[in-house]
Amino acid sequence: MKYASQAVAKPYFIAAIGLFLGQILFGLIMGMQYVVGDFLFPAIPFNVARMVHTNLLIVWLLFGFMGASYYLVPEESETELFSPKLAIITFWVFLVAGALTILGYLLVPYASLAKWTGNDMLNTMGREFLEQPLPTKIGIVLVALSWLVNIVMTVLKGRKTAISLVLSLGMLGLAVFWLFSFYNPANLVKDKFYWWWVVHLWVEGVWELILGAMLAFVLIKVTGVDREVIEKWLYVIITMTLITGIIGTGHHYFFIGLPPYWLWLGSIFGALEPIPFLMMTIFAFNMVNKRRRDHPNKAAVLWALGTSVVAFVGAGLWGFLHTLAPINYYTHGTQLTAAHGHLAFYGAYALVVLTMISYAMPILRGRAANSEKAQVMEMWSFWLMTISMFGIALLLTAAGIVQAYLQRVSATPMSFMAVQDQLAIFYWSREAAGLVFLIGLLLYIWSFFIKEKESALV
Amino acid sequence: MSAIFTKSMARNVFFGGSVFFFLLFLVLTFDSMRVLHTRDNSQNLTVNVEHGKKVWETNNCIGCHTLLGEGAYFAPELGNVYKRRGPAFIKAWIQGMPTDVPGRRQMPQFNLTDKELDDLIEFLKYTSEINTNNWPPNTEG
Repeated sequence: MKYASQAVAKPYFIAAIGLFLGQILFGLIMGMQYVVGDFLFPAIPFNVARMVHTNLLIVWLLFGFMGASYYLVPEESETELFSPKLAIITFWVFLVAGALTILGYLLVPYASLAKWTGNDMLNTMGREFLEQPLPTKIGIVLVALSWLVNIVMTVLKGRKTAISLVLSLGMLGLAVFWLFSFYNPANLVKDKFYWWWVVHLWVEGVWELILGAMLAFVLIKVTGVDREVIEKWLYVIITMTLITGIIGTGHHYFFIGLPPYWLWLGSIFGALEPIPFLMMTIFAFNMVNKRRRDHPNKAAVLWALGTSVVAFVGAGLWGFLHTLAPINYYTHGTQLTAAHGHLAFYGAYALVVLTMISYAMPILRGRAANSEKAQVMEMWSFWLMTISMFGIALLLTAAGIVQAYLQRVSATPMSFMAVQDQLAIFYWSREAAGLVFLIGLLLYIWSFFIKEKESALV
Repeated sequence: MSAIFTKSMARNVFFGGSVFFFLLFLVLTFDSMRVLHTRDNSQNLTVNVEHGKKVWETNNCIGCHTLLGEGAYFAPELGNVYKRRGPAFIKAWIQGMPTDVPGRRQMPQFNLTDKELDDLIEFLKYTSEINTNNWPPNTEG
């Protein structure tokens, strides 16, 4: 690596993969509970498994973004990281706080956890994805602030590139919108309105800036295409992200008590949200096509191209499927939502973090790329995880369509629980696909332990 | 081509476009908040309802159920459960959990007090009267 301080990225990447594994184990528990309803009850009720699964997802992705930043910003800025020590302290604070939070979910009844962690002072718990106790939420503010300061100070003292600027803007947005997790009004409609300022403006907003910057960085490194070309594309892509995604927030405002103009605004702008993802796909393939070098890390190229495709299909296409209000009226809160959520998160965010790790880890370990054997294992991992995730998305989409029909469209609607019984075949199949996904992830982890016989010159 | 549309131009369009749409979003937010009281049933947002919302949150009901279509997809939609089942059923149901039916999805026993149960039901009643543009399509939720 070019700068010694890039090494702080390594623990972040290792933690990210470890937490990812935890996330998938709990996903498999939930998948089982869908069909064997009392599996692990009452030790791990479904809602506990779910909050562990979703919170681990968010935290491993954040570790991934942070590691990616600490790796790419010194190289972009052509200077050492402002404070490697701060980065390491922050790493441990985040990891320990995260671990304690997960243990809290698992070992303590949620209402007691709330009482003992000051929720009566400021009630921030009990909302989806924002289940964290108050101290954890404050901890995340401090971790985000530390990350932001470290990165911005590094950029300020060195070369300012579009990639570091876009990454920093994304991070700033992430930190600012996180503050809305502290705002939980008694008015349920307001509660939901501002909740989406964290969730939508993160994953369909500022996180896309982080994604774009990471992908652009890896593409510059592996293709050698001129920075000017890549950075101009990056600006165009993130422009489309924000001009579609900000008003696109309205596609969450159809049926929660807000005025009807959101039905129009959310449908139209939501329908345009796939555009930046399509541009990312075209951009990635174009860059690889026009490459000036054949980088020895072919696995990283696969991960990068994979990200651009699966993000478009999962976030863009699957999102489009249910963004129009007349359709969403029937699919709102069904398995179709889950299908989109899984494929979108995997395609956009899990894959971009894995892309970054696959690119950077060999370099952090002293080589330009892993051995042929290790890269092949990575590629197997990519295909197994990607194909199985498509399987999950297709199965849950089918389940969602059947659910929407039986429960909402039919002239003789069935109850929720009766409909769920009808979907068992989809859920069993989904669990099988989930097991394949786990195998893919285990192969990915195994690839790190394959011994180098010959290493490429750095 | 690159002389016509430079990186600097792209950056400026980014800043201009983002600021414009963010300001538009703030205007729409301001308007939505202004008219909200005509549709959010806030006239029934009593202290008991507020307390009931806290009971809902501190027991993480959203971890299995959806509320106005948002949440988890393991258990039924509860935004309209007050209309679908009525207060007596809801109270008895929660008090009677878990069902312990083998293989059936299980709901924990939350050991709620009578007041907590009544307030939670008030919250669910309040929720069922919010103007959601006619959602859900029917009583099943």
